[in-house]
Amino acid sequence: MAPADMLIEYLPILVFLAVAGGIAVLMVAASLIVGKRNPDPDKLAAYECGFDAFSDARSKFDVRFYLVAILFIIFDLEIAFLFPWAISLGEIGLFGFCSMMVFLGVLTVGFIYEWKKGALDWE
Amino acid sequence: MQGEFEFSAWVPALPEIFLALASMALLVAGAFIGNKGTRVVCYAALWSIAVTALILIGRDWGRSLVPGGMFVMDSFAGLTKLMILAGLFAVVAMSIRYLHQEQINRFEFPVLVMFAGLGMMLMVSANDMLSLYVALELQSLALYVLAAFHRDTAYSAEAGIKYFVLGAISSGMLLFGISLIYGFAGSTNFDMIAHRLEDMEAIRLPILVGLVFVLVGLAFKISAVPFHMWTPDVYQGAPTAVTTLFALVPKVAAMALLIRVLFGPFAAMAPDWGQIVTLLAVASMIVGAFAALGQENIKRLMAFSSISHMGYALIGVIVADEGGVGSVMLYLLIYMVMTAGVFAVILSMRRDNLAVESIGDLAGLARTRPFVAFAMAALLFSMAGVPPLAGFFGKFFIFVEAVDAGYYVLAVLGVLTSVVAAYYYLRIVKVMFFDESAEPFDPNKSLSGRAVLFVAALFVLTFIAWPQPVISIAYDASKALFIQ
Repeated sequence: MAPADMLIEYLPILVFLAVAGGIAVLMVAASLIVGKRNPDPDKLAAYECGFDAFSDARSKFDVRFYLVAILFIIFDLEIAFLFPWAISLGEIGLFGFCSMMVFLGVLTVGFIYEWKKGALDWE
Repeated sequence: MQGEFEFSAWVPALPEIFLALASMALLVAGAFIGNKGTRVVCYAALWSIAVTALILIGRDWGRSLVPGGMFVMDSFAGLTKLMILAGLFAVVAMSIRYLHQEQINRFEFPVLVMFAGLGMMLMVSANDMLSLYVALELQSLALYVLAAFHRDTAYSAEAGIKYFVLGAISSGMLLFGISLIYGFAGSTNFDMIAHRLEDMEAIRLPILVGLVFVLVGLAFKISAVPFHMWTPDVYQGAPTAVTTLFALVPKVAAMALLIRVLFGPFAAMAPDWGQIVTLLAVASMIVGAFAALGQENIKRLMAFSSISHMGYALIGVIVADEGGVGSVMLYLLIYMVMTAGVFAVILSMRRDNLAVESIGDLAGLARTRPFVAFAMAALLFSMAGVPPLAGFFGKFFIFVEAVDAGYYVLAVLGVLTSVVAAYYYLRIVKVMFFDESAEPFDPNKSLSGRAVLFVAALFVLTFIAWPQPVISIAYDASKALFIQ
């Protein structure tokens, strides 16, 4: 493949970049021009998930948040694997099916462990 | 790989499949029984490891691949796996009492050891960069948790964090190297990479850059200088049972993996990686010998000792032929036995039901415990390489191979650094035999600890009477790497 041909292959990405940039600029500009502005101190503060935006970063933070987040990521990833697997099941056949069953089996063992250890109880 | 699925094709991985199922079953069982079942889970773990070893011994050790070519079984992997399983068995057996004494008897300990062992067994059978990485991470993640297992003490937590952070950096390096190699060779499969390197001279230079990063990642795992910084802190901070595991097993697995990577896909580049490994070997020998001189903590001392031992073993890798690898395998075998014996003594160093770990605590051991002191002295003389003990033959074969291949400087340097290293081993012997008696240790009730010490001392003392079977086992196993 000549270099020029290869670059043509990337044209859709360039178009996509242009469109994405255009829409982003358009939205910011539209809210600047059309939107009503009625500021108060809370609206102007940086949004920090309910925490005070400007305070000591070394505040106490319940470790259970991390636990829940980590457990969530694991099972979220499991779903992320399940979708492409389900769609391509016809092509990957019995081997693909067994691989996913092994994967789910290992995850289930982990799930039983975390349940019995009480990682899912908040109190 | 499409459609057809036969179980028989996966039989080469049968020991690993069994170990994986057993460790998951024990995890679930432990979760239901709770920590009062730690002993039961430990014994079940011992049985599972023993059965895994039996399955492994019962299998044919000829070269065979599983579908997809990610996993290879040959006699090199077979011997290394047997060594790994023996190490795991000794560690779990010696830990049962220790966990109880230190009040960390949680059932996760044997399960994590088994998972780490599973990772290591997969590592030495890796035949693809992807399976290499996944296996390495499986063992590393289990080991990070084990290092921090005594989580109520600051030392153990520090050891875990340090090991984790530095391990993550090394994994990053390894992955970066793998991505470069994949980019230029077009495959992650070891056999394919070897073919490409044979066919195309032009890709050797860029692949060398990737190989350097892979070597950095692996050098971290065998704690070769300059990637050794974590070793003393982790050895000292981790619970002694875990330190025993670190000293015995992952070193052997990582060294076997290093050998498989260098002699499998990158065999054609031996002169190139030889220079890098030479640097690692020389630096490890020197740092391991000199940095240990001032150590007072015996676990820290053993950390530097293991660094220098890895330096000697790397000389055999540099030689880059069948004999060289054979001498490395022999060295690792003897190293494992000696280290297991020394750690059996360290585990028994308890006073008023508290673990003590400074060298001064061993003072006068010859009067309070003559047999232990004698066995320990034999093991330390062997580590220093004093003939006619086993450790001497380990070093001897390495240096003979080096001289045969013309690496005179390395051999001379090895002898010189082992003279320096002899000082700190002999210092412990001096403390045990000639210093004022300290208070005697608590009586050692650990049957497994005494058994390991006895077997190790017997091995190093009598090795000279029957060296041939051990030597031929090690040399035969290494042949598998050169007959593809």
